[in-house]
Amino acid sequence: MDSKIALTMRGICMTFPGVKALDNVDFTLKKGEIRALMGENGAGKSTLIKCLTGVNKFEAGEIHVDGIEGSIVNKDTMDAQKKGISTVYQEVNLCPNLSVAENLYIGREPLTKIGTVNRRKMNQMAAQLMKDLDLDIEVTKNLEEYSLALQQMIAIARAVDTKCKVLILDEPTSSLDDNEVEKLFGMMKRLRNQGVGIIFVTHFLEQVYAVCDGITVLRNGTLVGEYTVEELPRVKLVAAMMGKDFDDLASIKPEGSMDFSHAPLEIDAKGLSHAGKIKPFDLEIHKGEVVGLTGLLGSGRSELARAIYGADRAQTGTLKVNGKEVKIKSPIDAMNLGMGLLPDDRKAEGIIGDLSVRENIILAMQAKAGIFKKIPMAKQIELADQYIEMLQIKTASRETLIKRLSGGNQQKVILARWLATNPDFLVLDEPTRGIDIGTKTEIQKLVIKLAQEGKSLIFISSEIEEMLRTCNRMAVLRDGAKVGEISGDDMTQEGVMHAIAGGGASHE
Amino acid sequence: MSKVKQITKMRLFLPIFSMILVMLVNVIYDLASGNPPFGFFAISTQVTSSGNTILYGRLIDILNRGSEVAILAIGMTLVVSASAGTDISVGSVMSLAGGVCCVLLAGYGVTNVSEYANPLWVGIGVGILVAVICGIFNGFLVAYLNIQPMVATLILWSAGRAIGLLVCNSSIVYVRVPSFQIFGSYIGFLPTPILIAAVCILIMSLFLKFTALGTFVQSVGINKKAARISGFSSAKIILMCYAICGLCAGIAGITATSRIYSADTNNIGLNMELDAILAVALGGNSLGGGKFNLAGSIIGAYTIQAITTTLYALGISSAQAPVFKAIVVILIVVIQAEPVKEYFKKMSAKKATAKEA
Amino acid sequence: MKKLKFNSNSILLLITVVLFVVMYLAGCIVYADKGFTHLQTFLNILINNAGLICITAGMTCVMLIGGIDISVGSVVAMDCMFLAVGIEEWGMKSPVLMILVLVIGVVFGIVQGYCIAYLEIQPFIVTMAGMFFARGMTAVICTDQVSIVTDQLFVKLSSTKLHIPFGIGAYANKKGILQIPYVRVTVLVALLVVLLIFLMLKYTKFGRSIYAVGGNSQSAALMGLDVRMTKMKTYILASFLASIGGICYCLNTMCGTTTQASGLEMDAISSAVIGGTLLTGGVGNVAGSLVGVLINGTISTLVKSHGKLVSSWANIVTAILLCFFIVLQAVLSNIKERKKA
Repeated sequence: MDSKIALTMRGICMTFPGVKALDNVDFTLKKGEIRALMGENGAGKSTLIKCLTGVNKFEAGEIHVDGIEGSIVNKDTMDAQKKGISTVYQEVNLCPNLSVAENLYIGREPLTKIGTVNRRKMNQMAAQLMKDLDLDIEVTKNLEEYSLALQQMIAIARAVDTKCKVLILDEPTSSLDDNEVEKLFGMMKRLRNQGVGIIFVTHFLEQVYAVCDGITVLRNGTLVGEYTVEELPRVKLVAAMMGKDFDDLASIKPEGSMDFSHAPLEIDAKGLSHAGKIKPFDLEIHKGEVVGLTGLLGSGRSELARAIYGADRAQTGTLKVNGKEVKIKSPIDAMNLGMGLLPDDRKAEGIIGDLSVRENIILAMQAKAGIFKKIPMAKQIELADQYIEMLQIKTASRETLIKRLSGGNQQKVILARWLATNPDFLVLDEPTRGIDIGTKTEIQKLVIKLAQEGKSLIFISSEIEEMLRTCNRMAVLRDGAKVGEISGDDMTQEGVMHAIAGGGASHE
Repeated sequence: MSKVKQITKMRLFLPIFSMILVMLVNVIYDLASGNPPFGFFAISTQVTSSGNTILYGRLIDILNRGSEVAILAIGMTLVVSASAGTDISVGSVMSLAGGVCCVLLAGYGVTNVSEYANPLWVGIGVGILVAVICGIFNGFLVAYLNIQPMVATLILWSAGRAIGLLVCNSSIVYVRVPSFQIFGSYIGFLPTPILIAAVCILIMSLFLKFTALGTFVQSVGINKKAARISGFSSAKIILMCYAICGLCAGIAGITATSRIYSADTNNIGLNMELDAILAVALGGNSLGGGKFNLAGSIIGAYTIQAITTTLYALGISSAQAPVFKAIVVILIVVIQAEPVKEYFKKMSAKKATAKEA
Repeated sequence: MKKLKFNSNSILLLITVVLFVVMYLAGCIVYADKGFTHLQTFLNILINNAGLICITAGMTCVMLIGGIDISVGSVVAMDCMFLAVGIEEWGMKSPVLMILVLVIGVVFGIVQGYCIAYLEIQPFIVTMAGMFFARGMTAVICTDQVSIVTDQLFVKLSSTKLHIPFGIGAYANKKGILQIPYVRVTVLVALLVVLLIFLMLKYTKFGRSIYAVGGNSQSAALMGLDVRMTKMKTYILASFLASIGGICYCLNTMCGTTTQASGLEMDAISSAVIGGTLLTGGVGNVAGSLVGVLINGTISTLVKSHGKLVSSWANIVTAILLCFFIVLQAVLSNIKERKKA
């Protein structure tokens, strides 16, 4: 093994039931290198990291770490740590109720002669470590008294002090402000100079170019390529992440560009925001219009829609629905105004796993009707059968538990749940993720059909091609803010990618 | 093999199986002690000292004595389903409801009356109302302040009985009026508590059938976030479940009080919370919340009473009975525990691979 | 210059200490004629609650890991009955019995701890079953009240008065005879337990692991601590301390009954909560719990001193205090959550 290489992974394969999560993925990390691991949702970033740290068991492939003979397989994260692979997560994995020094040394505390914890020595060692890393932190204070950024750095300090060779930073900057990010980068660079190999998982493009030496891009569980930063300017990176897998379907949008400027407004949002998630934005949606929200993962595309729907209550601004000003406190308010939201995290926010397909389909309708107006069983069965047929949901019966269905069919059930409420305005957040091509096209066609019926839609997807096919207009988001809109002739792959990549993008 | 599996997978398998087990123990005991083998199931009539003809038999006794647990099990099932926790205050709330009722009927500071100080409906109504308020208090703590259910209900678990004692002026208040005693004795030949429990169960079943209560509660219990996005207000639903649980505790408390026509605050509903929780668990409901099965809980409740009655028949005193119930609880939750389930899965998978090879 | 900084946790403890001082002073002023001001009144609170102090120390540890143990009251009853019947009916010597009681406590803890830590069953359910089991066992051992009179050593341990040295706090009683304040052996045991647990929590690996597991058990596991073992050990410790508490309790009451010590777990939990231990785990310490016990003791002493109040008032006031602290904790933690989001 090359002595300059800290870590290599070769031919890693991993399947989840029904999905090939990683297909023959390679990954190389040099010593003293910061390498960004990039990819959209479902690309396989976190699965790859989990294979490396022993959380997931991969089926084929090899992992080599500098200083250890042969291929390694980690049993768990502890095992990985012992072999020099440490991970720092977005959620700080330390104990907030203990002092900084304890967080650094717990599990390996210096002891006194009688076997008790030598607190004084521990504090001295911790103080020295903080000094070495140029951090101004009082080690006897409780961890929770420090900002998230500093906690993050303490977590890194702990990892570094356990003599790690490979440091994985999993979205460490998501909850930090610019200043804090700067500090973190300073620390990362210092560690790089000490020869630590760092894997940096993030979705902020700016940060990749600010601190990284190399970029590895994954898409749909396969390796797109391993690049140096110079080789891969922003636009190319976006292209690599989003892919250009045109499927051979013809345009499904009705011919001729449509002009909605005279159609009545369904949604008129002014200055809506949710602290820490989405900065104030304006958005108008006309009746019968499909508006796409585009941007990278974490750019605020989901959050914008959620603020309108009341899933995350908007803290500022005004919202007019059908010309009337409304206050939406919770989803049920939005539903009563004729809205619906298909959330992106199907498992956490979509399905009610232990209920049947039928019950899941009538759920939103029932919630609207209220507890005392039970939808008669005959009606329930009729509705369920109707949507199972219409959306071609593959299920053993309407009484099958939804958790037994495949992802695509679960998604269709949730779609049916909203269609059953006959909404005027529907938000579809990543409706096609993890779904086979055929079903994707069905859903896209359905979106167009709904729009033709006069419904307004927000369509969010990581695949630009899909959005171009379905949307009449697109809003572009970056770093938690809406930065512009694209419509008409600008709606091309190129145009959208440039808009997403934003400032610093170079035209070739 | 597969048939056995199918049967064990049925939703009501656990409660019915344990019920049959208890009955079997009884039959064996009867045989061993030389009684007619099916004495357990025999129902006969008896003439009381006051000249009434009433139903008599161990089965009737179980149905009668099990009424309170069955009523409590209704509320407890909802609470467990919606909030993945249990309401341990029901026993104390029962005692409080009974105490308030008796004091209103007898008048404060009086310990023995044969005439009402207030109309009967006032006593019962206020008693039950107090219980509902207790339920709402618990529900508020759980739903709106995000306190773990058992910690939240711990407060009334200890305070409920104490307040009851206070209301009764630390003495046992007797209400010796026939129209009050009727709730714990007989209507015609049938024990009234059986009737009360039947009515409660019937009302709840109708509620579940004709309203969307079941869907609401289970959705919140299974996936709170998804339920919210779909338009449910989980806090309101959880609050409602606790209120219903309080209501059930109130009804059970009045029934128990009427049985002994007195507010014996120290003993009414004692250890009832364990029985109610046990009924829910025995009914095949997961104590981790989510899907529930009311019929299971009800059968579970009567099974527990059958266990208790059987224990008494075997000469075990009421003070000693908790030992056995505790063992049953532990066995049930251990069977339900995730690591144990996984272990069994692994074992059966191993067996399967061994067979293939 | 160091800036004094209060976080929400120290606020809770501060409220508790202030509460105790205010309560005690109020008692001194209102019931001065009933001897509330004498040192002995204070010492009596310690004497009466020696068992509770031991139990609360164990409860504090369990609550620090985010668990709860409601079996302790019944375990005390079982211990007392076991001691009483063992001495009076089986004719065993008290030292042997005391060791047996401690062993039973450890075994009890192992079973409960295993169910909670390794089988991942909710602690409340497990310890509730434990509570009913122990209470039932008490009746299985004997259903009558058994008083301890025959064992010399036990009687001596129970009746020995340890006077305060140098006659500090001495006063003359109504007959004018000089009284020197005293404590009993159990108080020394209880205070020793508190001291040991305090040191254990602060200076041993196990003690710090308890805090780490309570603070964030996932993180603790990632940092290489054996979370399950720590949990199990803590439950064993709690049951062991409950058994020590049971012996102390028995030395106070000198009898075994089936209804003894009912609701004691409640006193222990409320003492710990009032003493600043968070129900969610990770924050609290045994010194605070000691103050919590003293508050509980003061409440019942105040109710007794009043003379006309029903004894259940003490329960109600404790429950109200508990409710207040539980709600306060919940509100503070909800605010913290919201700040984070």
